[in-house]
Amino acid sequence: MSPHTDSVTSVDARALWTEAMAAARLREASFTTLSGDELRAVYGPEDVDLDSERDLGWPGQFPFTRGVHPSMYRGRLWTMRQFAGFGTARQTNERFKFLLEHGQTGLSVAFDFPTLMGYDSDDAIAAGEVGQVGVAISSLADMETLMDGIPMGEVSTSMTINGPASILLAFYIAAAQNQGVDPAAIRGTVQNDILKEYQAQHAWLVAPEPALRMVTDMMAWCSEHAPQWNTISISGYHIREAGSTAAQELAFTLANGMEYVRRGVAAGLDVDAFAPRLSFFFDSHLDFFEEIAKFRAARRIWARKMREEFGARDPRSWMCRFHTQTAGVSLTAQQPENNIVRTAFEALAAVLGGTQSLHTNSMDETLALPTEKSVKIALRTQQIIAEETEAAHVADPLGGSYFVEAQTARLEAEAEAAFAEIERRGGVVPCIEAGWFQREIHRSAYAYQRAVEAGEKRVVGINCYTEEEDSQASIELHRIDSSVGEEQTSALGALRERRDDAAVRRELDAVREACRGSENLLERFVAAAHAYCTLGEIAAVLREEFGHFKEPQIL
Amino acid sequence: MSSAADIVERLRAGERVAVARLISWAENGDARFAEALGSVFEDVGRGRRTGITGPPGAGKSTLTNELTGLQRAAGRTVGILAVDPSSPFSGGALLGDRIRMEERTSDPGVFIRSMASRGSHGGLARAAIDACDVMDAFGYEELLVETVGVGQAEFDVMEAVDTVVVVLCPGAGDGIQAMKAGLLEVADVLVVNKADVAGAERLLTDLEDAVALRRRAEGAWEPPVVACSAGRGEGVEGVWEAVEHHRRWLAEDGRLRARRARLRIAQVRGAVAEGLAARLWGSGGLTERARSLLEEGGTPYDVAADLLSAVSARVVEPEEVSGS
Amino acid sequence: MTDRKIRVLVGKPGLDGHDRGAKTVATVLRDHGMEVIYTGLHQTPEMIAEVAAQEDVDVVGLSILSGAHMELFPRVRAELEQRGLGEVMLVGGGIIPPEDAAALEAQGYARLFGPGTPTEEIAEWIKARMGERLAAEGGGA
Repeated sequence: MSPHTDSVTSVDARALWTEAMAAARLREASFTTLSGDELRAVYGPEDVDLDSERDLGWPGQFPFTRGVHPSMYRGRLWTMRQFAGFGTARQTNERFKFLLEHGQTGLSVAFDFPTLMGYDSDDAIAAGEVGQVGVAISSLADMETLMDGIPMGEVSTSMTINGPASILLAFYIAAAQNQGVDPAAIRGTVQNDILKEYQAQHAWLVAPEPALRMVTDMMAWCSEHAPQWNTISISGYHIREAGSTAAQELAFTLANGMEYVRRGVAAGLDVDAFAPRLSFFFDSHLDFFEEIAKFRAARRIWARKMREEFGARDPRSWMCRFHTQTAGVSLTAQQPENNIVRTAFEALAAVLGGTQSLHTNSMDETLALPTEKSVKIALRTQQIIAEETEAAHVADPLGGSYFVEAQTARLEAEAEAAFAEIERRGGVVPCIEAGWFQREIHRSAYAYQRAVEAGEKRVVGINCYTEEEDSQASIELHRIDSSVGEEQTSALGALRERRDDAAVRRELDAVREACRGSENLLERFVAAAHAYCTLGEIAAVLREEFGHFKEPQIL
Repeated sequence: MSSAADIVERLRAGERVAVARLISWAENGDARFAEALGSVFEDVGRGRRTGITGPPGAGKSTLTNELTGLQRAAGRTVGILAVDPSSPFSGGALLGDRIRMEERTSDPGVFIRSMASRGSHGGLARAAIDACDVMDAFGYEELLVETVGVGQAEFDVMEAVDTVVVVLCPGAGDGIQAMKAGLLEVADVLVVNKADVAGAERLLTDLEDAVALRRRAEGAWEPPVVACSAGRGEGVEGVWEAVEHHRRWLAEDGRLRARRARLRIAQVRGAVAEGLAARLWGSGGLTERARSLLEEGGTPYDVAADLLSAVSARVVEPEEVSGS
Repeated sequence: MTDRKIRVLVGKPGLDGHDRGAKTVATVLRDHGMEVIYTGLHQTPEMIAEVAAQEDVDVVGLSILSGAHMELFPRVRAELEQRGLGEVMLVGGGIIPPEDAAALEAQGYARLFGPGTPTEEIAEWIKARMGERLAAEGGGA
């Protein structure tokens, strides 16, 4: 064992340790991060080049490495926000009320695929998918049902939608107005991150350039009329879930963020008028320390870029505020109860990384939508971290850790290298059109899959500690009644009967005119929403006017 | 298991599945193909064949798709053969060209077939010609053969066509690289795609200079240089006009007949080479003989000379080479 | 000499855009020497069957994470049969509850591979089945 003396100098100690390590017998395992980076056995002061004033600051101070608020969770806990939505608007409305009663503090809406792609529930292409993985919202009427009995001036709502984000926000604004709530009073976020759709998630409506115009139109409209609304949640989550490494998630997400800022500035907006309303959305995966470092690096990079490159003066423009969701891809269908444990570690990493809000996945999500019981366990996981672990008492508790600081610096350097590469390739949109991001993500996903299958990357229940009798069959599943599609179709039919056809035509024509000119599109969508134009009708006009996007060939 | 006669009957009945199956037979070197092609060969020769080649990322699939749209608007049917390289490691291939032509899938007037190069010597060119013959016999009027211009095997595919369109774009492969790769030599039409991108003007003039400077026989074809932005659907008519122009030139002085004769020779050579290789090496007899000669101390060239003289008397016998 | 390769169509029917699994499996099958036609996202059952017909594939592999599997697998199967492609093997994966997978398999629509299935297992299964089929065809000659 290690030699024992009382008087070793630090140099001797290091030499002794190196010697002992060389002689030590190590486990048969690969000691890398999830992203494949080789880790040292221990980190020390020589691994960190840290100027605490320059690189850390204090919580609530530039460059915000240690958090965006001075008091962090002593002031206010993170928002516990469980993503929910399935079936009809009525069913989701009931789930929202259930979650609010159980202590959830914000709403988060998941939409079904037809809605995400801009198709009405009665479109032939939607067959079999209506209400399956989220709620179907085809018009203002559905949105009014979704928010029925929920005070829209008081709740904060997050809507996970991108391609047709402006149209869905228009439905939300119109529903609030019909409740007597002014847009100035609504609070929440619309994901509206179209760049990552082309890169990873693939729910787009039109080609990148017109899509970016809709984004800047929304930024302009909201900065004037709905100042409490977060107009883009720049999302790394889907990039990571599609298979990227942590470093790619960080780099691509921030590169997208900078692209939105450039577009806003190019559209004539003052950077400080819209940048404070940009927020981020990250994945929290199982690589505990790398994830914490990723969150810290994100804040530091964003603060530096916004202040130094974009000349933002308002400190709120420098702050990278973010929502986090635990990693769906880390869940296994095998021994699904183990997913509760995985999710807890991921949630803890998000909290130690200083997240502003958090969604914890439910154990059964690899098989179907979560049941009420599993959603409740996932919410309780956050409450246990908040109330029982003391993790929320101290801001940035791992700040100064040699390991975490070294990882933070490494991720920042890798992100900078990626920004340079994107620049060299002509920028974010040309890289999307050439399939560069998509190819990079696919390579990482493929490498990970090979590592799991080769046993280099161990996953409990998949390639170690497997069980003959799998417990997945014993899990109770939440099933969506397939009659949802028929119900939605007949409701839409009735809506088309009772609305004012002349008003619908007039508003759709006005949308078409706005596409061809420079009028703010969100303004037109709100008017179209009030006339009960449907999502599919508005989206069809956009597709006709703007053209569609063809997936680049990357394989 | 279907017989050649069954498939030919289904081909004549207008079943697209029969086209697909016959192309598979051609690719696989299936013995039934020769018989099937033989019984429809009188219907081969009406389709007009255009090749589209160029470096990766030049926008070949997008241009092919746009040219297809143009033909469909004019009421002509289109058969497309999209060739991609096989992996030299696994022998497998990822064939994704269809993604760029997705809207054509549900058009009954368009048939698209993906073909992997399979790394064979001359076999690819033969299979590509066979595939065109099948689509031609079925009645497709315009045949488009798309292949990435990277290796000799892919290059040989251009023997299958009457007119070769070489697609370049700024950045992905400049004029000098194209010259080094020999793309200029095979081009009947040169296309600068992505004409809206920076550097397109330069590439256009570089190519025009290169064409003008090249030594050419009296009366030989001078490839026009055409700009387009296939992704935006701009300038595609100009590309097609250049193809038509080349066709008119080919139609004169028996040039098309000469070109098609060259194609048939390539097809025969391919079939003969593959047939010979199968016969010589297939049963393992020659390998055994080579092994024993080498063990006796012969150099590789001694052994090769021995084998050649042993088989040369036999291979010239007509009955030894009939059939593929 | 025949050079018979296994040809596989890998596609994503329906509107969900999660193609990580589809692309990974496509790449693995390529690495096993198969010729893989990748159709990309947002395909209808008609489009998938039409591509299968034109490409003369042996296997159609679908990835569905939208919950619409009970609708889409039977529809793709019906479209294949309508084109006389009843013998094409249909395989799939995605977010599919075990009871649904069992039901689809029992009714002969498709062979389903659940979440966490090693991609090697999928490749080996296809190769074994194709081996049997080619042997029955008389060595593929």
